[in-house]
Amino acid sequence: MDTRKKILEVKDLKISFKTDGGTVKAIRGVNLALHQGETIAIVGESGSGKSVTTKAIMGILAGNGSIDGGQILYRWTDENSGEEKEVDLVKVDESFMQKEIRGRKIAMVFQDPMTSLNPTMTIGNQIMEPMIHHYGISKDEAYKKAVELLDLVGITDPERRMPTYPHQHSGGMRQRVVIAIALACDPYVMICDEPTTALDVTIQAKFLELVQDIQKKKNLSVIYITHDLGVVAKVADYVNVMYAGKIVETGTIDEIFYDPRHPYTWGLLSAMPDLDTDDDELYTIPGTPPNLAHEVKGDAFAPRNQFALNIDLRVEPPMFDVEGSETHKVASWLMHPKAPKIEMPKELKHRLEKMKEAAK
Amino acid sequence: MAQEPILVVKDLKQYFKVSRSFTVKAVDGISFDIMPGETYGLVGESGSGKSTTGRSIIRLYKPTAGQITFNGKDISGKMSKESIKELRTHMQMIFQDPMACLNPRKKVVDIIGEGLDIHHAYSSMEERNEKVYQMLELVGLSREFATRYPHQFSGGQRQRIGIARALIMNPDLIIADEAISALDVSIQAQVVNLMKKIQKEMGVAILFIAHDLSMVKYISDRIGVLHLGHLVEAGTSDEIFANPIHPYTKSLLSAIPHPNPRVEKTRKSFTYDKKAEGIDYTVGTQHFVSDTHYVLATDEEFEKWTK
Repeated sequence: MDTRKKILEVKDLKISFKTDGGTVKAIRGVNLALHQGETIAIVGESGSGKSVTTKAIMGILAGNGSIDGGQILYRWTDENSGEEKEVDLVKVDESFMQKEIRGRKIAMVFQDPMTSLNPTMTIGNQIMEPMIHHYGISKDEAYKKAVELLDLVGITDPERRMPTYPHQHSGGMRQRVVIAIALACDPYVMICDEPTTALDVTIQAKFLELVQDIQKKKNLSVIYITHDLGVVAKVADYVNVMYAGKIVETGTIDEIFYDPRHPYTWGLLSAMPDLDTDDDELYTIPGTPPNLAHEVKGDAFAPRNQFALNIDLRVEPPMFDVEGSETHKVASWLMHPKAPKIEMPKELKHRLEKMKEAAK
Repeated sequence: MAQEPILVVKDLKQYFKVSRSFTVKAVDGISFDIMPGETYGLVGESGSGKSTTGRSIIRLYKPTAGQITFNGKDISGKMSKESIKELRTHMQMIFQDPMACLNPRKKVVDIIGEGLDIHHAYSSMEERNEKVYQMLELVGLSREFATRYPHQFSGGQRQRIGIARALIMNPDLIIADEAISALDVSIQAQVVNLMKKIQKEMGVAILFIAHDLSMVKYISDRIGVLHLGHLVEAGTSDEIFANPIHPYTKSLLSAIPHPNPRVEKTRKSFTYDKKAEGIDYTVGTQHFVSDTHYVLATDEEFEKWTK
């Protein structure tokens, strides 16, 4: 495990947005780490700050947003000199981001392929554009590489597809084109923001398998943002559960799915029906996420948490390490050695048992 | 089955003429029926004709051919103004995007009460508002919300307003077109619970259109699988999930991601290629599998798949 190379690290990131209703503290101290060739997933409800975090990494925050603190460290080996380099993406200026990072080292795939493609440009030109812009290669070279990329993302007959327009393709095909564009400059990190929400199940499965395949071929690191735990189970190595602008639980995929510790993770896992669910009622997390325009006192999840302790309402819990694991961390006072022993809900426990059974 | 079905769809066809030489056969001869108080799930990929079916049934489109019988009355041919009016009160629809289907310039009380206004179903304003308040409470919103506007609500709450609007006419059938697809997992569960609860209380039948199979299995009594405008397989949810016959159904089922990483990591989804398998839906006939389980196939295909 020592050979794992940390490629991207987010340290104590804080982001706020100025709105008419006051300052919204959307991100309140997020820590993330991404290693080369690995996949991490960020899960959480809408409004928990998943997308904002990744937008900050790409340097495409909305105009009223500002980074109030923290670091986003990106490490890479320089192609020419071979020396190790590190930059803090929070501090660099816009032109450096555009020239060096965005699209070239970190690429992004958005939710809706129709709105992220230019309807007036052929898909061929859209794939060639970033290569010509970033690397200044000739049109012929770019064309050759674009055809290769289309082939890589599983589009048949690539040369005939080059001069077509986005509207001539189905949703799944368009999303493949978007990936081809993202891969055009051989990035090291790919961020997929709800990449399959607009696709239906059969195409979703194909899309995820395609990304896994490319990842293996190119040793790419991928960040998935999603609220679909089925997708997470399929692709991720590490999972970060996010709530109200903070990571509340982080760990390997096995730790999060088979040994969840945070009540919010319990809720997320319980709320999703699997094919064996036949209870009369699905579990729901009561209440709604907090309004981050107001200051959050104590644990943000406490008002919705049936296991909340007194201290949860007053003091924000730090990240506790789970015993016997280097990767599993939980932000909940329930993990404090002096906290009362609280077990996860019976139904969930039963389900996890069944899952472990099925995995054997 | 002594009960009469509330809705019978027989050989429904819905074509869209794109140009003189090209017609899209969005729905091409499907038949199914829904019992009172039952939930019927329609599943299929995008473009399979699920939504078109729902929209044809509620007469947002005029069906090209086929017969739809609702409450014993034919609603597929030419209809008088009165019968359309009656249809509109007894059948209601819940849409996918709760932001797009609520008028942003109207207060919630007027959105929910609009059906009552149109059909003059009250004698005084107090009576109307009281009915709206009851509906709000039924869907788990408090009556103070009545004077607010749609943008002041979260996605889940907006979908509740959409449900309240559909329920206020006391319908016999609700068509829920991807009603939960746009919502978060935990909110999805809330809305599904609400729909189940209301169904129990009011005995309304639901046509549930979705592409999320695990949700459909959970909520539906019976399921129809649509592909390219054909109903390729139909049966109770247990029959379909325990014993899928049609390769398209199998591919759909295999594509569902399981929230179980150790299983999921090693699983490969099963792809279905209609052309490669040489399946022509138009020549197939409905084959009986068991009880209520039917599959669309030719005799040879049926034999091959059931082996």
